[in-house]
Amino acid sequence: MKVLVTVKEVAEVDDEFTIDGLDVDESYLEYDLNEWDDYAIEEAVQLSEANDDVEVVTVTVGPERADETIRMALAKGADRALRVWDDAIAGAEFLDPGTKAQLLEAVVEEEDPDLVLTGVQSGDDAFGATGVALAERVGYEWAAVVNDLEHDVEANDSSVRRELEGGVEELTDVEGPAVLTIQTGINEPRYASLRGIRQAQRKPLDVQTLDDLGLEESVLETSVDLTSMYEPESESDAVIWEGSADETAGELASFLRDSGVVEG
Amino acid sequence: MTVLAVTEHRRGELRDPSFELITAGRQLADDLGGELHLAVIGGDVDGYADQLNREGVDAIHTVAEGEEFNHDIYTQAVTAMAEAHEPDAVLMANTVNGLDFAPAVAGQLDVPLVTDAVDFDASGTPEITREQYGGKVETTVDIEADQFALTIRPAEWAKAEGTGDAEVAAFDFDLDESAVRSTVTGFEEVGSGDVDIADADILVSVGRGIEEEDNLPLVEELADALGATLSSSRPIVDNGWLPKNRQVGQSGKVVTPDVYIAIGISGAVQHVAGMKGSDTIVAINTDPNAPIMDIADYAIVDDLFDVVPELIEEFGGEAP
Repeated sequence: MKVLVTVKEVAEVDDEFTIDGLDVDESYLEYDLNEWDDYAIEEAVQLSEANDDVEVVTVTVGPERADETIRMALAKGADRALRVWDDAIAGAEFLDPGTKAQLLEAVVEEEDPDLVLTGVQSGDDAFGATGVALAERVGYEWAAVVNDLEHDVEANDSSVRRELEGGVEELTDVEGPAVLTIQTGINEPRYASLRGIRQAQRKPLDVQTLDDLGLEESVLETSVDLTSMYEPESESDAVIWEGSADETAGELASFLRDSGVVEG
Repeated sequence: MTVLAVTEHRRGELRDPSFELITAGRQLADDLGGELHLAVIGGDVDGYADQLNREGVDAIHTVAEGEEFNHDIYTQAVTAMAEAHEPDAVLMANTVNGLDFAPAVAGQLDVPLVTDAVDFDASGTPEITREQYGGKVETTVDIEADQFALTIRPAEWAKAEGTGDAEVAAFDFDLDESAVRSTVTGFEEVGSGDVDIADADILVSVGRGIEEEDNLPLVEELADALGATLSSSRPIVDNGWLPKNRQVGQSGKVVTPDVYIAIGISGAVQHVAGMKGSDTIVAINTDPNAPIMDIADYAIVDDLFDVVPELIEEFGGEAP
């Protein structure tokens, strides 16, 4: 069986930053593997460890810089990796979930996986939609926000728990092939070992262009455009206690005593 | 010109976002100059339709297929409804179930989807306001299309009130049973345990800022010194450092203590959803721009590892 894990390199913003046009100025961004995708990789690797003949393939859409991220997935146990990128994609202003789903659709058609795992959302633009959009495009069944997975490799069926709001979980059976979007906390993602990192350097990392995937540039045309980015006006009317740590702690202590919630 | 809003229910009750969808849907329909239609799918659709018949709703379409949410049925029903009524916008809630079917509806209809709107203006080209980078920036996205799909963030719009006179009618379509390939087999409450954080008068709540499990005794000591209950944001529970019954937030517990002390919690929207009803919110965080500051009543912008030991000492405890 083959499991495809989609991963994304996401940008995290420093506490202080400036905006340059339609994005945060590059010097204030740090890149890392998307938190949700880390759990998706772990789930796939655990599946391959618990069963014979499970291949874990990981794919990302991103520039050369993202090799570092995808090598992290390889170091954690994925067997091989694909990265989708070319000049046309680099030139696209905004990759909305519909566009990403079309790029990943071509990868799914090429790889024909039995199961696709994605993170629920990405930590940067947080659309939370690519996984289900991909499932719909490739005609796979799906489940969103999965925080427990039991997969029957023989039947390619999954029994999942979906984490609903308010501490309620939904138990659902899903026929494969399927796309499951994985919630944080489903497992404990492993750290990449030094040995794993060394091995990752030797595993195949294949870069595919639109042309390689049989796609036209028109796939990048979207009717959703990012038009502005700005720092939200602070709605804060908080009283800020200032001073040294013992002074601010004293202010808080006085408040707690004065309001009567804490004695002593 | 029509807006079709898809309502939500669970275990026999309409969920709050359904009523928020009416308010947002009315706003969108007014922007576009048209009617607001609601879709009600599964369970006691007539009972739900009665409750949803509020001011501003023009029509309610019911589909009595299935008892609970099933994304295959919802996707088919909403797609068929959208093809029959040709709404300019299909509006859904950015809930766990919303995210489980909205992208499929958008795909079936071949229309663009924008998720997690916190505001919009559709009086011209629809312009949607979203957040990015964990709420540190806001963005606007424009949608250049005749028809689009949109999900709205829960609790950003008020719940609709008043009584309406919408026309309620069953919507008939042929459900393709063979395309229903997922089956909901049950529900389970999780996170119950020895302590119910929802009962606490004062919560000391810890987040990612605590950095590692070995530092947890620091906030435990503070909770002890204050006679408070210890709770946390999601990453602490995800890491297995505290049990699920301590988690405050959308997928954990909703709490309303007298005082909520958020320590090293940045204030992700899912967390805020669970604690913004607290009487007084105190934030201790190094980042003055963290989203938690927007809802805090009092704040200390400093390192928790400096402030918390001082606070423990104030109340006669001893920092570990």
